[in-house]
Amino acid sequence: MDKLFFKSTKNQYLISFLSVAIVSLLCLIVRDVIDYKIVGYLLLVVVSLLAIFLEIKPVLLGAVLSALALNFVFIKPYYTLHIDKPEDILLLALYFIIALINAVLTNNFRRMQRAIQIKQTRASTLKLYNTLLDSLSHELRTPIAAILGSIDTLQQKDVKLTLETQQKLHNEIEKASMKLNYQVENLLNMSRLESGYIYPKSDWCDVKEIIYNTCNRLSEETKDHKIIISVDENLPLFKLDYGLMEQIIYNLVYNCSQHTPKGVTISINAKYEVDADYDSHIDLIKKCVITISDNGYGFPAAEIDRAFDKFHRFKDSKTGGTGLGLSIVKGFVEAQNGTITLQNAEDGGAIFELSFAVDCLSINSLPNE
Amino acid sequence: MNNGFTILVIDDEAQIRKLLEISLEANEYKVLFAINGKDGITTAASHQPDLILLDLGLPDEDGQSILKKLREWFVNPIIILSVKSTEEEIVKALDNGANDYLTKPFRTQELLARIRTALRSKTSVNNEMTLSFGNCTIDFASRIVKANNEIIKLTATEYNLLALLIKNDGRVLTHQYILKEIWGQSYSEQTQYLRVFVAQLRKKIEEDANHPKFIITESGVGYRFNSS
Repeated sequence: MDKLFFKSTKNQYLISFLSVAIVSLLCLIVRDVIDYKIVGYLLLVVVSLLAIFLEIKPVLLGAVLSALALNFVFIKPYYTLHIDKPEDILLLALYFIIALINAVLTNNFRRMQRAIQIKQTRASTLKLYNTLLDSLSHELRTPIAAILGSIDTLQQKDVKLTLETQQKLHNEIEKASMKLNYQVENLLNMSRLESGYIYPKSDWCDVKEIIYNTCNRLSEETKDHKIIISVDENLPLFKLDYGLMEQIIYNLVYNCSQHTPKGVTISINAKYEVDADYDSHIDLIKKCVITISDNGYGFPAAEIDRAFDKFHRFKDSKTGGTGLGLSIVKGFVEAQNGTITLQNAEDGGAIFELSFAVDCLSINSLPNE
Repeated sequence: MNNGFTILVIDDEAQIRKLLEISLEANEYKVLFAINGKDGITTAASHQPDLILLDLGLPDEDGQSILKKLREWFVNPIIILSVKSTEEEIVKALDNGANDYLTKPFRTQELLARIRTALRSKTSVNNEMTLSFGNCTIDFASRIVKANNEIIKLTATEYNLLALLIKNDGRVLTHQYILKEIWGQSYSEQTQYLRVFVAQLRKKIEEDANHPKFIITESGVGYRFNSS
């Protein structure tokens, strides 16, 4: 509200007028006790402060008004614009000049600062845009190249392909299309997050089912990995968004499968935790905690904090990626008021821990008629 | 092999029409096309197709309203093909009378399977007293379900839920619909019941409850029974 209030020019003139008027009135009350030069300094402070917050024109108004007030009310003879002593004329002239210089300088300084800021934002946007373009063009063009290349080979008239080769090329087209689809899905999700178009639809979720369901969908991508799922027996139902949860687990497991060598084990674990809230001794905070870990190489220690940053790709990463997958995960987790942490395991590998403190419902509490 | 069923495709994308023409005709369906909603409704009226594949994002009119208009008189199956994949959109389409939906990009095998299921439910009215799926049989008269000839003990609610799913074999049933049918109108938002009973039912009839073959979850939308 404050910002809007300051933005209106009319309000700025009003602020300028009122601050000069109020300070002048206060000084008027004590006019007999303090020297009029002090009043001059006080008004100068007011004009300087106005110059920091307001546009140039309202500040100039303040400078003129305060000079008039100084002359009219504080420099003898009172209540005329006439000035007796030559040194007072000089004082008033100096006051006015200093106020003006102050106003103009401060304004210029602010304008310059703003220009630098805009330039910096532009530079960082440009850098971000370039990184995005770089990784996206790689991630999108590679599968397209694979599709077109395979089709061209299949259509070659002068070469006879064995059935086996044809099959391989068809498989390549399929794999590349799936990859393309995944990236497009990520881009769409990112734009949903960016535009704030994420309204989680919380409903009772069987987290175990979500995990198995998602892993079944990923069976092709994880066929060279070992997947171990362990879920608390009697894990309660939690109020979460089914679609977002699927996407979160999908991206995390997919990420593990793409950035770890063949044969690595991916463990997915879901459990129920109760934290006692020691402040109140009554409320128990019930949480759904999901960990997804692998025994690969883990994340580079120096950059691990940036893993969830949009478009961040790790230096020396040979496995590519757009840097979208994990930032979407974070966005979707936070949209459901959850938290996500990432750390490297002591014996190598990465551990993602998701935690959702949401409503839960014990399965046994429902009647089984 | 497909008895010359006629399928009407209502889609404005030439590429999708081409693809569907090739794959549907290869599977011996007769294919008709319409490129917008108005055209689609007139073609449906004049040719009485056995099944309609309807895209929701048509240029002239909102797909949901075309679906409603069709459902005023068209009784054969309608399958939605759409790029709009929000759960609300899907649930709305099912509520408006769609039999099934597929999100683009979809796999042709999946589409053909859904078409076969929809056409099967059209031709065979389910009044048989027993049905079998996998190693299981269900006898509607005596309300008995057997797996490998051994009786599976089901509670009344579990049986009702299973029977409802089986009677709508291949069709997506929304959470709200199932809850209303089994538990009653006032339970239509109580999805926790559904989650729990589906989990129990899976333990009893699926070989591996974690990799269900019969009771398939349609994420955020509902459940589908898949007997084949």
